[in-house]
Amino acid sequence: MKPAAFAYAKASSVREAIELLGKNKKGARLLAGGQSLIAALNLRLDAPSLLIDINGIGGLDKIALKQNWVELGALVRHAAALRSAVVQKHAPLIAKALPHVGHPAIRNRGTIGGSIALADPAAELPACLIALGGEVVISGPKGKRTVKADGFFKDLFETALGPRDLLTAIRVPAANRESRFGFAEICRRHGDYAMVGLAAAARAEGAHLRDIRLVYFGVGSTAVRARRAETALAKHGPDAAVAALQDDLDPPDDVQASGATKKYLAGVLLRRIARELAGASA
Amino acid sequence: MKIVDDLPPGLSALDRPNSYIGRAIPRPNLQRLAQGRGQFVSDVVLPRMAHVAFLRSPYAHARIKKIATAKAEKAPGVVAVVTGAELAKVITPWVGVLTHLKGIKSAPQHAIAVERACWQGEAVCAVVAHTRAEAEDACELIEIAYEELKPVTDAETALDAKTPVIHPELGDNLTFERKYEAGEPDKGFAEADAVVETTFVFGRHTGVCVEPRAIVADWNAGEQRLTVYQGTQAPHMMQNLFAKHLGLEEHQVRVLCKDVGGSFGIKVHVYADEMAVAALSKLLQRPVKFVADRIESFVTDIHARDHRVKAKIGVKKDGTITAWEIDDLTGIGPYSVYPRTSGIEANQIVNLTGGPYRCMNYRARARVVFQNKNVMCQYRAVGHPIATAVTEELVDLAAMKIGMDPVEIRRRNLIPDDGYPCAGASGIKFEKLSHHASLAKIVAMMDYAKLRREQEELRRRGIHRGIGFAAFIEVTNPSAAFYGVGGARISSQDGATLKLDATGAVICQSGVTEQGQGAEAVMAQVVATAVGVPIERVRVITGDTDNTPYGGGTWASRAAGIGGEAGWQAGKILRANILAVAGSILQATPEALDIRSGVVVDKDSGRERIGLDEVARVAYFRPDTLPPGFQAELMATRHYVPRAWPFAFTNGIQASWLEVDVEIGTVKLLRHWCVEDCGTVINPQLVDEQIRGGVVQGIGGALFEHCIYDRDGQLVNGNMADYLVPMAAEMPDIEVGHVVTPTADSELGAKGAGEAGTAGAPAAVMNAINDALKPLGAKLLVEMPFTPERILKALGRV
Repeated sequence: MKPAAFAYAKASSVREAIELLGKNKKGARLLAGGQSLIAALNLRLDAPSLLIDINGIGGLDKIALKQNWVELGALVRHAAALRSAVVQKHAPLIAKALPHVGHPAIRNRGTIGGSIALADPAAELPACLIALGGEVVISGPKGKRTVKADGFFKDLFETALGPRDLLTAIRVPAANRESRFGFAEICRRHGDYAMVGLAAAARAEGAHLRDIRLVYFGVGSTAVRARRAETALAKHGPDAAVAALQDDLDPPDDVQASGATKKYLAGVLLRRIARELAGASA
Repeated sequence: MKIVDDLPPGLSALDRPNSYIGRAIPRPNLQRLAQGRGQFVSDVVLPRMAHVAFLRSPYAHARIKKIATAKAEKAPGVVAVVTGAELAKVITPWVGVLTHLKGIKSAPQHAIAVERACWQGEAVCAVVAHTRAEAEDACELIEIAYEELKPVTDAETALDAKTPVIHPELGDNLTFERKYEAGEPDKGFAEADAVVETTFVFGRHTGVCVEPRAIVADWNAGEQRLTVYQGTQAPHMMQNLFAKHLGLEEHQVRVLCKDVGGSFGIKVHVYADEMAVAALSKLLQRPVKFVADRIESFVTDIHARDHRVKAKIGVKKDGTITAWEIDDLTGIGPYSVYPRTSGIEANQIVNLTGGPYRCMNYRARARVVFQNKNVMCQYRAVGHPIATAVTEELVDLAAMKIGMDPVEIRRRNLIPDDGYPCAGASGIKFEKLSHHASLAKIVAMMDYAKLRREQEELRRRGIHRGIGFAAFIEVTNPSAAFYGVGGARISSQDGATLKLDATGAVICQSGVTEQGQGAEAVMAQVVATAVGVPIERVRVITGDTDNTPYGGGTWASRAAGIGGEAGWQAGKILRANILAVAGSILQATPEALDIRSGVVVDKDSGRERIGLDEVARVAYFRPDTLPPGFQAELMATRHYVPRAWPFAFTNGIQASWLEVDVEIGTVKLLRHWCVEDCGTVINPQLVDEQIRGGVVQGIGGALFEHCIYDRDGQLVNGNMADYLVPMAAEMPDIEVGHVVTPTADSELGAKGAGEAGTAGAPAAVMNAINDALKPLGAKLLVEMPFTPERILKALGRV
């Protein structure tokens, strides 16, 4: 388990990282926390010719409240986000999800940007970003752009990021008094990739829930919004929502569970999360 | 404890001043390891050392038609590319059979596959290079033309006429079969008021060591000698086998085993790739290193426990068990593993099923078959978790059938504590066990009645908790009956050599090995007590065939019981020899003297007479002052092997208290108890941690660990993300209690404690899950591991 040989460059600015990406024709990879990348290299599942280390780029590790948005820099470590008062207060869904991300050693190194850019379909943060209606801030050769989370995740490990793009931050709307959140996942051991997970957000309007977003992970090639279930939950309640999941989800079998079991578990999570959304306030 | 030597009546040698027996002494190697100064094989670096990487078969069964190595040979850093055929000129193949397993057969296995690869992961070519990374790079340049052959993967159909025979020369895929019958099982079942039967499935799993298998072999052509640094449990066994298959004399081979990062039975076998490393060193005349990576560990470290057991029990209304019957089937991969064979686990299941109980009507059959998966062999608590799970679930089923409490049915059937010596249904011999004392103790520890009330109350609130028991027996301190009688050159005896050094400290050389469990601490405690010195004055040396007495090493829970007793006997001799010298110096009779805290004292008054440093000084530097004709002997060796009993059986009982989330099928372990009887407890902390670690490994098999193969014989979850080892967060608090019934076969009276936890834990967890789900009409859960999906299926939810 030794990686194939690769060159290494340490970028000191976003611009330099993008230039290095551009120069390298045979494939480069950006190195942030390395928690998925290094394993892939050691297993020789990936053999880039160049690793561009972005850990030295200043300013990408900030967490800030900007107007009504919480912005997390790409190099914010999971552990730092977990400790952040801003995240706790203004992005409580992310705070709920982070303890489920791996183990402390992984959270100490792994980054928010890395998790979003890799787009592992079983990861917690992509689902949270979609549930929150967040955005991804990208720098590329043509400058800076923002992509909505709903359109960012394309397919298995595929995103809107181009070969010369660098994800610099994610942004999520800050929670307010009406915000409601729910998060749950089912693992055989704490910290594992979820067999099924659900990140949910909604807005309370009196006794009703509006703008419900139910985003499942571990059930397909990307995090999956259960749009029919969202509508059914708002209009008819949990039973109808669980029934609607039949059409929303088509999880494949994996080593931990069959697709049918995952679908059943998705329904259990939906009932639990529906109670959470209806009950607790943010 | 029957050590009665020179102390007043009522006291034993363990009551001597500075006795360390029974005390939780910190392990002497703890500081060194905590400071990162361990010397694992991975740390060994030698001049001119090269690294080997193996190209492994991607197919479960394939003919090797052609291996093109030219490109790899030219790759940077490559020293040599060696095929199986080339290596076969240096090292002979082996066959994993023993004569006491009647009829067992296997085929010759090569260090590197020669003509066929028989499982996914078998090495088919080796690349030796200056670094491991270069060796791996070059592996990618080797082109192999395979002809895929139909793999045999399902044990159930391995013996069918239409299934291909993996080794045609053997005639069929049957490795070994044992049939056994005792008492009158048919009569027993006929007399029963109820007969219950079920079929158990035990998932194939492995022992995941923190440090993978690792070896450095260094052939020195100048002195015609091979030095092997190896993480092994049996250095002398390996010395013999390296010599045998490389055409050397044993004295031409030295095996060094320094620190080992866990073994659990994984590191007591012959691995083809490790033999290949020794052969490559001899071929290339330079040191060669191999450290298995995690991926190759999963496909080459022995697997275990892949069994299907059909089982039946008969019971009378009064709870009397009237008969047992089992039919075990196991697939062990394409070769019986050398030299211990892969027939032992099935054999143990026949030996151990029903073992704690009085019922003598027993019929058993075990069949072991070949298949194209990684090899299976002996892993911690060989056969015990299966035999215990089968027995204990049957007992619970019988109790349920007649409406009796699980504790009560055990009380009525366990062999009475005053019924020893006696034999079990399979003919295994028990010196003295304590099932009833253990049962009484665990019932009190867990407050069983209160727990049942709590369970009832919670059920009314929709919380489903269960209680499961597992009485067990464990094979420890094996005599030659285990392997020696079958023709294996695996020592059942062990030795200890003690030397008083020139400053009065004691050096102990022992044949047992340390692999993280604290065997060296136990040796130091025994020796310090026997000689009469502070434990800080004892240094223990293990794991070096040049410098330790011939011995078996550490496996089958033998280190403390056998190695410890050898140390005890040697300590008594050294003490007598020291006192003889002291008597000469002091002009006193040795019988009037004693050694306490490293000082020779008057036995009656305790008055200090002379330090051991002074005794050593006189003996070594001024022997001219000793009386004429007196020769000091300050080095003593003793060996020990159990003779009165084939095995020192231990016993105990475990209990699990857990909660099942019936909506999602997960199990939360709440509490776990184990009461065990390993005889004299030399170090209570080490014993308790052996029990706890064993319980955790047992829980691993019950809930998490599973080597999942697809129909083509591909391991689909061979990595640490998909193969789930038990982790701390999911583990319950484990409370350990002891009943002490020493074996009279040794003076120390210590039996083994290394495998009891693993033996009983899966059964306790299984019974607790089934107990929790009983009111819900769930199907019986008898297929391990108990995944959420299996639990949901049993509940009819998916």
